[in-house]
Amino acid sequence: MQNRKATIQKFFLGRHFTDGMIFKVAIYVLLISIGFVYLYPMLYMISNSLKSQSDIINPMINWIPSEFFMGNYQSAFRVLNYFSTFYKSWLVTLLPALIQTAVTSLIGYGFATFNFKFKKVWLVLVLLTFIIPPQVYMIPRYVMFFRLYLYRTPFSIILPALFGQGLNSAIFILIFYQFFRMIPKSLNEAAEIDGASQGYIFFKMAVPLSVPAYITSFLFGLVWYWNETYISSLFLDSSNANLQLKLANFVSEYQAVSGGNQNLVMLNEGVRLAATLLIILPMIIVYFTMQRWFVEGVEKTGITGE
Amino acid sequence: MKKPMARATRENIYGYTFIGIWVLGFLIFMVYPLLTSIFYSLNDVRFTADGIRTTFVGFDNYLKIFQIEQGFVFVESLTAFLQQMVLQIPVIVVFSILIALLLNQKIKGRGIFRSIFFLPVIISSGPVINELISQGAGGTNIFDSYGFITIIESTLNPGLAKPIVDLFSQIIIIFWFSGVQILIFIAGLQKIDGQIYEAAQIDGAGPWQSFWKITMPSLSSLIFVNTIYTIVLLTTFSENKVILSIKSNMFNTVTGFGMASAMAWLYALVVFITIGLVAFLFRTKNSRRRT
Repeated sequence: MQNRKATIQKFFLGRHFTDGMIFKVAIYVLLISIGFVYLYPMLYMISNSLKSQSDIINPMINWIPSEFFMGNYQSAFRVLNYFSTFYKSWLVTLLPALIQTAVTSLIGYGFATFNFKFKKVWLVLVLLTFIIPPQVYMIPRYVMFFRLYLYRTPFSIILPALFGQGLNSAIFILIFYQFFRMIPKSLNEAAEIDGASQGYIFFKMAVPLSVPAYITSFLFGLVWYWNETYISSLFLDSSNANLQLKLANFVSEYQAVSGGNQNLVMLNEGVRLAATLLIILPMIIVYFTMQRWFVEGVEKTGITGE
Repeated sequence: MKKPMARATRENIYGYTFIGIWVLGFLIFMVYPLLTSIFYSLNDVRFTADGIRTTFVGFDNYLKIFQIEQGFVFVESLTAFLQQMVLQIPVIVVFSILIALLLNQKIKGRGIFRSIFFLPVIISSGPVINELISQGAGGTNIFDSYGFITIIESTLNPGLAKPIVDLFSQIIIIFWFSGVQILIFIAGLQKIDGQIYEAAQIDGAGPWQSFWKITMPSLSSLIFVNTIYTIVLLTTFSENKVILSIKSNMFNTVTGFGMASAMAWLYALVVFITIGLVAFLFRTKNSRRRT
């Protein structure tokens, strides 16, 4: 009898509580309910973007539309001018992300491998660039690009990335710094004695060892540039606008496409949610195909820094 | 035969070859703009047909922030932002620790949950979040429908209830700003040696004690990193009212670049003080533990 009671107790409470049944159930309940709150906007978006006007108004229809209505997507496609805008978005996303990854890896390698004068000072300054709110230097940058005729061109976004001053570049420099520091210095010295140049050591030894850091940095750069709107809203005009800007100005874009006000009634929740979904879709595809690089990347690249 | 260079000289040359581009970029895209921006903030800046015309006005721009209407709007949004941030930072950090702890347990479907919690990082941009909120997908209705908000409003006094209700109305946004922090905490948790917990258990420590005596101290440096990260994330979020106010003042004929720069510096000052305060708090806390 005593024994059975102990077994039951052990089943529910475990030997030290954290391996008991109650604890397990509590964790699943918490995770599932929080997960639902997370997914709620997504589910809401998918469901309502597939509803026709009458379905949206109908209080009887909650999650599943009476028919799958594609009209919202057609309108959203037209208003966003999707394919052409998509191309422009990639220009200010893919290029800066690629360039930024390459450049910050060089910088990070420099910091990790060599002992040069004022290294600590420069490292602190790298960190500082991350903390300074962009607003303080964006106005002069704006004037600078304006004078150089780079304003309203993708160059105003690409150029800072080329010089290691892109979006969150400091984080990437630190990631590469951490990563390259893990490569033993003796390896570098041995190659040097064998007569390898520093360029050769970097490209033939350091880079191949650091593929995970490259992939993770590139993916984060891609996502951050895709979602960035402050810089692009300052530096790009409507003819170069990316998808995010089109979404931000969706109502006026809609008016421009439909030619006047009369159609504004048709601009409903469904259309706007369809547009939103179309904009996050490319990143969702990237995320689910490259997922393990995102979540494991944070651990592997030592972003957590000691 | 060439005489080999001294080791130190070589390290200097190689080092600067690799980081040279950053130093150059730092001067062009950071130092120069920062100096110019200080200069602008002390001048009345006007766009004219033949370029930019500046007239020195001293600290007038800074003073005017507290005197004219555009300035009031800015100051108001700045104080509102500060209040919000003070509430949001602890919520985000504590929430990400909790999620990290949950995800660090031996459970099935860990990967799936982890990808769900990280998903917002991938898709949340200013316009997307705006659309979600304005179209009612922000998720606040989940809390509304269970009468959560009314309970809080009726039980607490209005001064206390308002920030809490505000917090709840933005709960999704807060959740959505914690993706990276969660991963950083998980990485930290996985580095803690399991044997320490076993040893503590043998000595009779319960889960509660283990958490406060082992887990939290090992996470303390990451809490600091994540607090700073959260501050930067919130202060650079493009739909942040302060940023929007600075941007609209750039192109406002009354204020112009001069006052917008002054506002930007005031904002930067507030951000620096906040970060400095956090750094100070963490340092005193840590030194107390060591003694």
